[in-house]
Amino acid sequence: MNEKYLFSLMSVVLLFLLAYAGVEVAGLQVLFGVIIPYMALIVFLAGFAYRVIQWAQTPVPYKIPTTGGQQKSLPWIQHAAIDCPDTKAQVVGRMAMEVLLFRSLFRNLVFKKEGDKLAYRMELFLWLGAIVFHYAFLVVTIRHLRFFAEPVPFFVTGLEKVDSFLQLGLPVVYMSGIALLAGVLYLAIRRIYVGHTRYISLASDFFPLFLILAIAVTGIMMRYFTKVDIPTVKELTMGLVTFRPAVPEGIGTLFFVHLFLVSVLLAYFPFSKLMHMGGVFFSPTRNMTCNTRAERHVNPWNYPVPVHTYEEYEDDFREHMIEAGLPVEKKE
Amino acid sequence: MSDLPKSEEILKDVEHAPPKKGWMNIPVDIRKGMYCYAANPKSLNALGFPNVHEWNPKDEDWNLPENWQEILHKGFKERLDRFRSVKVFMDICVRCGACADKCHYFIGTGDPKNMPVLRAELLRSVYRNDFTLAGKLLGKIAGARKMDEDVLKEWWYYLFQCSECRRCSVFCPYGIDTAEITIFGRELLNLLGLNIDWIATPVANCYRTGNHLGIQPHAFKDMLDFFVEDIEDITGINVEPQFNKKGADILFITPSGDVFADPGTYTCMGYMMLFKYLKDKYGLDVTWSTYASEGGNFGFFTSHETMKRLNSKMYAEAKRLGVKWILGGECGHMWRVINQYMDTMNGPADFLEEPVNPITGTRFENAKSTKMVHISEFTADLIKHGKLDLDPSRNDDLKVTFHDSCNPARGMGMFDEPRYVIRSVCNQFYDMPRNTIRENTFCCGSGSGLNAGEDMELRMTGGLPRANAVKFVHEKHGVNMLACVCAIDRAAFPDLMSYWVPEVDVTGLTELVANALILPGEKQRETNLRGEPLPGMEE
Amino acid sequence: MQKKLYNKNVVIAGLIILAVLATFPFWYNHGKAAPAPKPELTEKAKAAKECIRSTAYMKTEHMQLLDAWRDTVVRDGIRTYVNEVGKEFDMSLSNTCLDCHSNKEKFCDVCHDYASVDPYCWDCHIENPKENE
Repeated sequence: MNEKYLFSLMSVVLLFLLAYAGVEVAGLQVLFGVIIPYMALIVFLAGFAYRVIQWAQTPVPYKIPTTGGQQKSLPWIQHAAIDCPDTKAQVVGRMAMEVLLFRSLFRNLVFKKEGDKLAYRMELFLWLGAIVFHYAFLVVTIRHLRFFAEPVPFFVTGLEKVDSFLQLGLPVVYMSGIALLAGVLYLAIRRIYVGHTRYISLASDFFPLFLILAIAVTGIMMRYFTKVDIPTVKELTMGLVTFRPAVPEGIGTLFFVHLFLVSVLLAYFPFSKLMHMGGVFFSPTRNMTCNTRAERHVNPWNYPVPVHTYEEYEDDFREHMIEAGLPVEKKE
Repeated sequence: MSDLPKSEEILKDVEHAPPKKGWMNIPVDIRKGMYCYAANPKSLNALGFPNVHEWNPKDEDWNLPENWQEILHKGFKERLDRFRSVKVFMDICVRCGACADKCHYFIGTGDPKNMPVLRAELLRSVYRNDFTLAGKLLGKIAGARKMDEDVLKEWWYYLFQCSECRRCSVFCPYGIDTAEITIFGRELLNLLGLNIDWIATPVANCYRTGNHLGIQPHAFKDMLDFFVEDIEDITGINVEPQFNKKGADILFITPSGDVFADPGTYTCMGYMMLFKYLKDKYGLDVTWSTYASEGGNFGFFTSHETMKRLNSKMYAEAKRLGVKWILGGECGHMWRVINQYMDTMNGPADFLEEPVNPITGTRFENAKSTKMVHISEFTADLIKHGKLDLDPSRNDDLKVTFHDSCNPARGMGMFDEPRYVIRSVCNQFYDMPRNTIRENTFCCGSGSGLNAGEDMELRMTGGLPRANAVKFVHEKHGVNMLACVCAIDRAAFPDLMSYWVPEVDVTGLTELVANALILPGEKQRETNLRGEPLPGMEE
Repeated sequence: MQKKLYNKNVVIAGLIILAVLATFPFWYNHGKAAPAPKPELTEKAKAAKECIRSTAYMKTEHMQLLDAWRDTVVRDGIRTYVNEVGKEFDMSLSNTCLDCHSNKEKFCDVCHDYASVDPYCWDCHIENPKENE
């Protein structure tokens, strides 16, 4: 056992109990169903913007892209446009590969000592786990718009169709829900059981995983097992987004727990490593063109520095230079 | 080198499983063979560094200035405001672990703090404590810790066990570059006078004499004249290098290491022969400079400011001499500086012309602002246009592989130009396994100013992944020559090869070119530049 | 000193995109009230007072009940459902459920549409013939 993931696990359990007791015992439906969700959204948006603006206020003094492929040089040499972008359009391509397909993670080569040989093998499980987790999360989020839009927009119903095309069970099973659960479990288990990853992990690495796990589990519980009255839940959520907040009768406590955990995730987001969502766009090793010798980059705080000029140099060595037959500026 | 364990033992014993104890609870052990000596105060004073003092890494007391924590905190804050890279990289790591086994020092030593993520966490933990709310409120559970002398020693030890090779940055999903962390961390250490001598003294030399080795102008000329004699013995041609010549077409700058030590010297001879050939055949006028007689830049390993101070000489000398553009020799970090920093720091070079190869008419579009071209780009262009008379069979005794030096690889993207050159001048070329070359290339283990004598164990362990890949092609194809385009490589690889793969020798690219190059009017060559008989000329 | 925002256009554009996406529900609905619909009962349903099970049970479990019915009828050939108080019903969507709730649009569809549920019952069980007549 390890205090880092215990701490995170206990935190999530406490948050769960807090919401459960708050609604079940203290009857604080309005607090957990209305006030906290509103506050969480405000904190998320304001916090996110604050962090991004802080980064944006920091200059990029040097153009330091990591060149992951052949530079554009002589016309007959094949240029790697995505891995070593020369134009802004190519940078957009590189960033799209990075953000949408996790290009760099896809490169992963895992090291293994095999006798007296060192081997580096392609290892895609981390990439796969990350892709599954992130895309499942995205799909689940978009699907939830059915609670926040009336009439439900076409892209939500369309996505639901695709997501449930297996037509398994009733209520019909969404693959994204299972994928999200599988993804978050894989990432959590990897963190706990893979030696190096556990060694470098902090409590703040486990907390969001456990939190998202709890969110996914409560959501799945409500949909398939304990059940909630969906139209009534939607009445509450629609009340929130049309600024007519009200808590209708007859919504199970688990729903408030689910909503509270989501609120916690939103409010926690801007102050945590989850900001990698915004940060990935700010990484100077990825978002800059590699045409560093073709186009001058300006450092806004470039300042003059003391240098040892040629004149000072010649003064130091003039006699020797003359003697060696080296040309000099001043003979004396 | 006598204390160094045997190579087989190192390979057998290296253990990568993480320790039981958390890394914050393992105090740093500054171990002999793994660290470089403290900077000579004289060298630091030569450039006016702050808080210069006598100290020894092995001592309990490092004689730090009284307010050292305040200095560091202030320096940290200043840099967070100046470098988006530092700020973003402090904030967005998710500790996914993709970088963990990408570092050659981690692979070679198994020390968990050599995992790129932990190297950065050494600094991030202090960042959290000093600059984030969560760190201030939750302390250790949020991964925060206070700066104290033990943490400082840990920083110092591990920031000088990173060669700024950027391999980890290729694999990081957010492009977090440990080189940036190390550059930044070393800048902070320099605020407290905590540089290493292998960096500080070359920097001081370079500032005064124009090159790291402190070669004075007349001696520089003498050394090249010595090569002139050697070349004349071998080819019958006097290559007549030119120095500090005003109005030459091109200023040539290369690391001083190539003037000084084998096997770089043969590469240096290669440059001289190439320029002689181009002068005789096409009238190209190339000059060397004794003032800008250093391509490398150990200032890069010290601080951005020092890098700029040393780099300034290139443009200053090009302007003084009135050349059209600058040609750069084979060097690794030199090219990172030229490709990604020089124009920004000391440009714009509007007194130079956009580089055009006068012999082939090729415009080097990719260098049109910085106006400095890499010798491999230049040579590849000449060969492609059939402008060099070459006899590759003179290199037939060699089975060559090519080491992509970290900086030209991941800070420039130069992969195919040198390979084209090698294939044109050698008949037998074999690349190492794909996962160890090009953007995946491994450091020589001695980069970023760590190629001293006292840290030999660090260098040999750090160079293990590279050496192991060389060994692979040696066993598979009989490779006996490791070619590279980096002067630190040429200084470091002979030791590394003799430790791990003694059958393989080291060469620069231009040495191979010069061996194959048929100079106008040369005599029948019997030996290569090293004085070894050419294939077919053995007794 | 006022701090400068670097790459201003891209950063502002990015933040606006995030804000627009994250507040989608607020502007998409124009603040229009959307209370939960009240399914309408036919006279026949009103007269019956109680469905085959309690209203609360039917609200959350009707889909599973129908699913079980389908399997029982098709696989086992059993056509009679006995509820918890011993009352018997013909296991038939068309003949039992839609007999009372002959107003599919106003009874079934209102909630299904509101909750964006698209049951595939209707793929086979065509619209209530009585309603169509």
